[in-house]
Amino acid sequence: MITAGIDMGAKTIKVVVLRDGDIVGKAKTVAGFEARESAEEAYAAALEEAGVTTAEVEQIVATGAGRKWAPQAARDVSEVSGDAKGVINLYPGARTVIDVGAEEGRAIRCTEDGKVLDFALNEKCAAGAGAFTEAMSRALEVAIEELGPMSLNSQNAIPMNAQCAVFAESEVVSLLHAKTPKEDIARAVHDAIASRIVSLARKVGFEPEVVLIGGLARNVGFVDSLQRALECDVTIPENPEHIGAYGAALAATES
Amino acid sequence: MKAHYGYKDGAGDFFIIIDTDKCVDCEDRPCVAACPADVLEIITDDYDDEVAAVIEGHRKTLKYSCAPCKPDRDRPSLPCTTACAPDAISHSW
Amino acid sequence: MAEYWRWTERRWQDPDRDWRDGELITAGVDVGSVSSQAVIVVDGELYAFSSMRTGSDSPESAKKAMDWALEETGLTLDDLGFVVGTGYGRVNVPFSNKAITEIACHARGANYMYGPTVRTVLDMGGQDCKVIRCDERGKVNAFVMNDKCAAGTGRGMEVFADLLALPIEEVGELSFQVEEEPPPVSCTCVVFAKSEATALLREGWPKSKVLAAYCSAMAHRVSTLLEQVGVEEEFAITGGIAKNAGVVKRLEAEIGVTALEAKYDTQIAGGLGGALFAQHLLKKKLAKN
Repeated sequence: MITAGIDMGAKTIKVVVLRDGDIVGKAKTVAGFEARESAEEAYAAALEEAGVTTAEVEQIVATGAGRKWAPQAARDVSEVSGDAKGVINLYPGARTVIDVGAEEGRAIRCTEDGKVLDFALNEKCAAGAGAFTEAMSRALEVAIEELGPMSLNSQNAIPMNAQCAVFAESEVVSLLHAKTPKEDIARAVHDAIASRIVSLARKVGFEPEVVLIGGLARNVGFVDSLQRALECDVTIPENPEHIGAYGAALAATES
Repeated sequence: MKAHYGYKDGAGDFFIIIDTDKCVDCEDRPCVAACPADVLEIITDDYDDEVAAVIEGHRKTLKYSCAPCKPDRDRPSLPCTTACAPDAISHSW
Repeated sequence: MAEYWRWTERRWQDPDRDWRDGELITAGVDVGSVSSQAVIVVDGELYAFSSMRTGSDSPESAKKAMDWALEETGLTLDDLGFVVGTGYGRVNVPFSNKAITEIACHARGANYMYGPTVRTVLDMGGQDCKVIRCDERGKVNAFVMNDKCAAGTGRGMEVFADLLALPIEEVGELSFQVEEEPPPVSCTCVVFAKSEATALLREGWPKSKVLAAYCSAMAHRVSTLLEQVGVEEEFAITGGIAKNAGVVKRLEAEIGVTALEAKYDTQIAGGLGGALFAQHLLKKKLAKN
């Protein structure tokens, strides 16, 4: 059975194609001006990688903030249930899922069969999501991919007073003027966002094993700050940003 | 005075409201010790009244500072409002 | 690159009075996150003020603003009987005798600027937004202050002025140049609202329409803060955004209350309130001796 999952994220669109539950194709595109077109593009790329035609796909399930715009999807699942399903399939021992995407952060507590017990969201505010690190990398004039490795070289933990991304940008500029090392500022940025994510995790009463997914899982600086704040290690899958789409594709096999 | 400490952001309203007219007559100020997150302090305000207030450092993080007292399920009554005899403290969320 | 969000700096002095005819000369210095004001009051009446951009160093900014207000008056710092520091940088005013919160100072300043009948003051500053309810003497009855989030503050509007490459003074007027009022920008968060606006511009919206959508989102945002403490007339608006008709008119329409007309520069409320507190404190000090 061939199924597909489409995750219509705020910044990127991810597609995963499964053959009998195994990943055979995946793709990611930037959610451009026309989300629908970007989704078509990602879908076509994933099918090509899988070597299957549209006619062979039996079920498509969408997830993500823009899931209503997903092409061809017969139905959709919430981000929370998509995340939980995807993670539990890979890591049956996982009890807590932390997903930090471009515009939303979430913590989910689930059972061994992927049932969601509790979840908490950071939404509608850039301070608790990937958008925060993006804004800070602009203020630091450092490429977003470099922000993580840079913060690992920090020698000093300095506080960030501003919570809001807009105010934090001004604070970063002042810190630069005061000759604060960029490494220390980068770490402060990751510590700040990690502390907000940990508060979400506490809210749902997190238990190990903790699995981190979403685009920010690729940022080694954030992962380091998060592990320190959680006081436990986190597991990161190979393709952390594709797990939501993977969960949706798994949901498609059930219908 | 009804002092609203806290903030409003995209995620919602997070204010602790202290009615200083009620607070000012309280002698023991048990609220300060009752708060497990050390959010409250006693200040002398601009009109020379000694009243409870939210510590500056917590005013922009109340959603997180107060989170341990506000689990999603089986929420107990809040230590600060329970301790406050004159009923001067309230939360907006 | 040009900075489109700078407010103009200015200085004013009462041309019809001489401080030498007065007795009590005091000042209030409001060091805000974006702009600083120094206000001089002679016998309880406004005499001179300056308003300028806050630099990276608060004490230096306070001193610059004070020096500029004193300039051409013939007064020196030593002639000031009492100085109150207020605003975000109030503890960093080196020559002040006392620091008082901007909440109390704003209420006091608005009481002078708009008369004792003012009951609700909305202050929209550079990095905060506050609502203050006060009595006929300008004493605070209730307040709420939001300085955690840029939405609903001048900084949020500056981000938009920058995005659209427009001088901040023009955004209010321009926002009315639309055939039909568009729905407000849906995101509260300035970062997300900016992405939303970028998408609207790409969709072909003219700048004026994007501004209209943001001004009404900001008006709505501020109205929810007003609801937190309630609006009692008479109602006044102070701070930089009070000069932005695009937000003010939409806010008035939303809450169904018209703001009092400003007779003074709306940015001096905090500094003026500080100077009036200083008069009161100076009198107390003199009575003691």
